[in-house]
Amino acid sequence: MTAITHPYIPGFYIGDRPKVVTSRFEYEDSYTLERYLATDGYKGLEKCLAMSPAEMHDEVRNSTVLGRGGAGFPAGVKWGFTPQGVWPRYLVVNGDESEPGTYKDRLLMERDPHQLIEGCLIASYAAGLSQCFLYVRGEMALAQERIAVALNEAYAAGYVGKNILGTDFSLDIVLHWGAGAYVVGEETALIESLEGERGMPRLKPPFFPAAVGLYGKPTIVNNVETLANLPFIAHQGSSAYTAIGTPTSPGTRMVAISGHVKRPGVYEIINGSTTFRDIIYGDEFCQGICDDNELKAFVPGGGSAPWFLPDQLDIPFEGREAGAAGSMLGSGAVMVMDSTTDIPEAALTLTRFYAHESCGKCVPCREGGTWLLRILERVCSGHGTTADLDQILEVGESICPGDMPHAASERLGLEAVPFPYKMTTICFVGPSAYAPLHSALTLFRDEFEAKVVPAPTRVSIPVTAG
Amino acid sequence: MSRLTDHNVIIAREIISRYPKPKSALIPLVHLSQEQNGYVTDDAMRHIAELIGVTPAEVFGTASFYEMFKFEPVGKYVINVCGTMSCALLGAGDLLHHAEQRLGVKAGGTTSDGLITLEPAECQAACTEAPCLQVNYRHKYRVTTDDLDQLIDDLRAGKLADEIPPHGTLGRTRQHIPDDRGVGAVHPDQVTGGPAWIPMDPPADEGK
Ligand SMILES: Cc1cc2nc3c(=O)[nH]c(=O)nc-3n(C[C@H](O)[C@H](O)[C@H](O)COP(=O)(O)O)c2cc1C
Ligand code: SF4
Ligand code: FES
Repeated sequence: MTAITHPYIPGFYIGDRPKVVTSRFEYEDSYTLERYLATDGYKGLEKCLAMSPAEMHDEVRNSTVLGRGGAGFPAGVKWGFTPQGVWPRYLVVNGDESEPGTYKDRLLMERDPHQLIEGCLIASYAAGLSQCFLYVRGEMALAQERIAVALNEAYAAGYVGKNILGTDFSLDIVLHWGAGAYVVGEETALIESLEGERGMPRLKPPFFPAAVGLYGKPTIVNNVETLANLPFIAHQGSSAYTAIGTPTSPGTRMVAISGHVKRPGVYEIINGSTTFRDIIYGDEFCQGICDDNELKAFVPGGGSAPWFLPDQLDIPFEGREAGAAGSMLGSGAVMVMDSTTDIPEAALTLTRFYAHESCGKCVPCREGGTWLLRILERVCSGHGTTADLDQILEVGESICPGDMPHAASERLGLEAVPFPYKMTTICFVGPSAYAPLHSALTLFRDEFEAKVVPAPTRVSIPVTAG
Repeated sequence: MSRLTDHNVIIAREIISRYPKPKSALIPLVHLSQEQNGYVTDDAMRHIAELIGVTPAEVFGTASFYEMFKFEPVGKYVINVCGTMSCALLGAGDLLHHAEQRLGVKAGGTTSDGLITLEPAECQAACTEAPCLQVNYRHKYRVTTDDLDQLIDDLRAGKLADEIPPHGTLGRTRQHIPDDRGVGAVHPDQVTGGPAWIPMDPPADEGK
């Protein structure tokens, strides 16, 4: 067992910042049970089993660890939403990571599968969940393989299965794998898919999965990174966790920074206080923009998020502040565009993604997304007119009526419109086809106008009979 | 031979037994059939329907929703070139174009020898390693056009056979729950009380 020898680990750089979830990444054999046990593995589970389920639940509640799947809801609070006396309750792990720009859950599954398994055990013990399904995105063959091996090891060693560590806590963890559909990451679609159906989101409210989920039973859906935090919380205590980060955003967060930066990668940052400037320009992170170009814009929180400008660089990685500034942190994905970027083309890649991924259940998304794509393709290929730009806003209005969030811009004299938006769709796929395009068009309208010609004025010729 | 083989039926039954309801095994079983045949055949879907107690139309209904399932033969190697934002910013468009030229097929097509299918793809959760692609869902990072040429040559020469199994095979190790360690899946309607480790009276873990 030796520390990492090769100079470059995809997606990860060594630093001396506090590590909650990536502490083993520096070892080449980080995914083995042997390495896990040699680095405090399953110690959190032992402490957890020495507590009562209620005490463990309190630890997680006190840690106020926020969900890392996108919505940022406190995990301990969500677990408390299961109705009393209704059994069984299930745990479904959301490992469907496919939001554009996001790259963290796959790393956690490939490099530290036992940490995730331990997280599943702690959550199930505390919240009384009697079976766990670990749903891994279909396209992640290596993650599936590593988790299968890790589960086989953990069953053999008595960490998973019947009477874990000799207690009356028993849990099966079942590896499940998908088959390629972004929308399945939405928690109710994930449940549909796990029931063997087409992965289409369910209408909610009234019923959220915590009340009516898998097979109609109470179900907790948590993101991979959320659960990966639990071994640390159980082992070191919630106060060690809240000692990192800020009161509203405790702990650390994995953030993937991609696009035009010198050192793209996945970094575990201190939550809440690290700013976008630190991440993009900081020495221990991305070290600035490629070729020392100017920064033009960046996506702060995954493909669905409205864009930020250099004006917003000093905003910290904190949900409320990002929301007030007109966007969201979503899944922890920053995509950076430098001055050479063709903004309409960049927006096109996202609109194409969301239009393609519409499940077709609701009209504004199914039709609206496709229209946005058609219009934008026309604009980008040089066949658009100024009327097309207004048409984009009009179609967008039918998906997200009312004010759309966007960032402030000193150059344009624009004030920020805060998050969130209103929506006419069942889930966020429809609005996501529009939100980035809307902010691109609002913040860089000149670039769109440079691609279009004036709309022809219509001349009506009166037709008279006889 | 496109129903599941006897060997795969044993694997299928084990997978089914892990779920409280058999239909939950649908997607993993369609994957299993794709692993066996390289794509999803009608006979395989009929067979899966028998195994999980639904109609063949239901199997097709679900399977056709998901992009990884192919209902026509594809190449032994499927190359997916990511074209979403982070990869597009770093030259994914050129990479796909180069692949088309090099393979002599348009994106979506299969080479005439049936070896390689080229597909445009969406974000592969490797955005920091852009531009990237997958061969049978195994990632290749920071791919240059030279890397791509080398990859195609290696695939043609059979040099990557150990690293990349034929299309349809995902994880090469399967989960196996030993009989004496597994708790076993129970139909949700047959569960009456709470789990053994939760103190039932009073319900202590709630309502704070
Ligand atoms: C369209 C859509 C896609 C989503 N994709 C994912 C995903 O890939 N992974 C994930 O963990 N959450 C995803 N989510 C969020 C989930 O619905 C859910 O909020 C999350 O898994 C809850 O876990 P958490 O509380 O631990 O964050 C998605 C949501 C939407 C609307
Ligand atoms: S918003 Fe789009 S993806 Fe979501 S349910 Fe409606 S049609 Fe499906
Ligand atoms: S954009 Fe290509 S992997 Fe995410």
